[in-house]
Amino acid sequence: MRGVFLFSAVFSILALATITVFLFVSGVPFIAKTGFAEFVFGSNWAPLADNPSYGIFPMIVASLYVTALSVIIGVGIGLFTSIALYKFCPKRLVSPIRQMINLLAGIPSVIFGLFGMTVIVPFVRDYISPTGVGYGILSASIVLGIMILPTIVSVSLDSLNSVPSSYYEGALALGATKEIATFKVMVPSAKSGILAGVVLAIGRAIGETMAVIMVIGGSPEMPESLFQSVRTLTSNIAMGALELSGDALSALISTGVVLFVFTLILNVSFSLLKKEKADKPKKKEKRGVSK
Amino acid sequence: MKKLYSILKYACIIALTVSLISLIAVVAYVLINGVSKLSFDLLFGDYSASPSIFPAFIGTLQLVGIASIIAVPIGIASAIFLVEYTGNKGRFVKIVQVATETLAGIPSIVYGLFGYLIFVVAFGWGYSMLGGGITLAIMILPTIVRSTQESLLSVQDGLREGSYALGASKVRTIFKIVLPSCASGIVTSIILAIGRVVSESAVLILTVGMVVNKVPETLMSPGTSLALDIYYFASHGYPNEASATAVVLLVFVVFLNLLASFIGKMIKKSTYGDAK
Repeated sequence: MRGVFLFSAVFSILALATITVFLFVSGVPFIAKTGFAEFVFGSNWAPLADNPSYGIFPMIVASLYVTALSVIIGVGIGLFTSIALYKFCPKRLVSPIRQMINLLAGIPSVIFGLFGMTVIVPFVRDYISPTGVGYGILSASIVLGIMILPTIVSVSLDSLNSVPSSYYEGALALGATKEIATFKVMVPSAKSGILAGVVLAIGRAIGETMAVIMVIGGSPEMPESLFQSVRTLTSNIAMGALELSGDALSALISTGVVLFVFTLILNVSFSLLKKEKADKPKKKEKRGVSK
Repeated sequence: MKKLYSILKYACIIALTVSLISLIAVVAYVLINGVSKLSFDLLFGDYSASPSIFPAFIGTLQLVGIASIIAVPIGIASAIFLVEYTGNKGRFVKIVQVATETLAGIPSIVYGLFGYLIFVVAFGWGYSMLGGGITLAIMILPTIVRSTQESLLSVQDGLREGSYALGASKVRTIFKIVLPSCASGIVTSIILAIGRVVSESAVLILTVGMVVNKVPETLMSPGTSLALDIYYFASHGYPNEASATAVVLLVFVVFLNLLASFIGKMIKKSTYGDAK
């Protein structure tokens, strides 16, 4: 029986190893053939041309833009929402709102995409966009910003709740108002947990495909404005996958490798942040004991 | 100074309102816009005359079945190994932890590429429900391992020791004592994982092939799922069908979430009842 359990535990490691090996074996030779600089920094994506060129730089830039903007929207609103739920909201409402937000975290991304396509895109086109194009970075960022809200709210609320309430009481005893105690003492103390939530949200935003593909437009052009049809790394893979073959398909797999490396970097920074968070209370405990 | 912070307080309350409104707007819009477009033909009809999501129903059930048959036993067994056999510490546990965390962070489209490379190309299966289901199983594995681990850790050592004292073996203790007493947590996590399978679509574009008009004949045939149908309808000029399908999917997912919390509560009650 122990063997069965052991094998199952090894399965995750095997799965990760297989995914990594398959992706790199199928993707890296193509990057090497095209030339790393040409592939990553080339600005022309034309896999079906007579003289094909595979530059994914526009997609990298678009991914970074969309991720940055959606995280600004999501974190801006989400962090303040969690602070409001933490201190400035009637206690009776906190638990129902929390449950509702948790439920909303489970909404499929394709539904967010549909909402973006039928509500946000026309709205941006008619009222915001100077060029009359609704598809693009702004629409995608708004949709993603809404989508990552629940993650940010629940992670930040958890880390705010884990700050000892004696900090708050101490601040009040020193004459701080409720607001000052919250913003100057509680929020900074929950900083590392909140940061971990932000990194998690960045990971979700950069890896999201369906919600983005339905509102981003899809032209592989260099993003020059917020209202222009572009393509992110993820939508490049999803859009091309059903049509391309041969070298062009290898180019998509290499796009996947680049995306994979991005998320690995994010994962490492996430676990470093979490480690820091886990280490902190221990130190405090020790200090308490030595007294 | 004081003024600045009271302004910030109001900013918080505004943010809370904004996020609630925007999230509710998504749900309300989907429901209001979609319910009127539901029709019998769309739900159960043949695809030949007009678009139908019946093949997607079958496809979704098949995917849920395949993914949970693979991921649930492996996930629970690996959590058992980590918690019961290694005491949840040591280098091996750390490596598994890193592996599951990394797996959890991989974007779904990369899983899709992997599934495509291994099942469609390397195994030569072509687009198939089985390939899609296995890929999804790997995707939900980390969630199941992590939450089962937490459930197992929440079981008091006294229960295990009591069972050993009565002469039960380790395996018997695990299956008769430890697992039943944390069943609610495990069942909840399985239902949430199923919710993820139902919601997923990026993986499936690359592995099951988005064939929307045929019920898959075998597990090796290409097919579709509800979430994939929404994308297909929305991007191929069937906006009404897309919003109607979105209602079905939303109801499905919300039902699974409510079921998860209900079962969690119910089993908790019944175990406490037994203890008395």
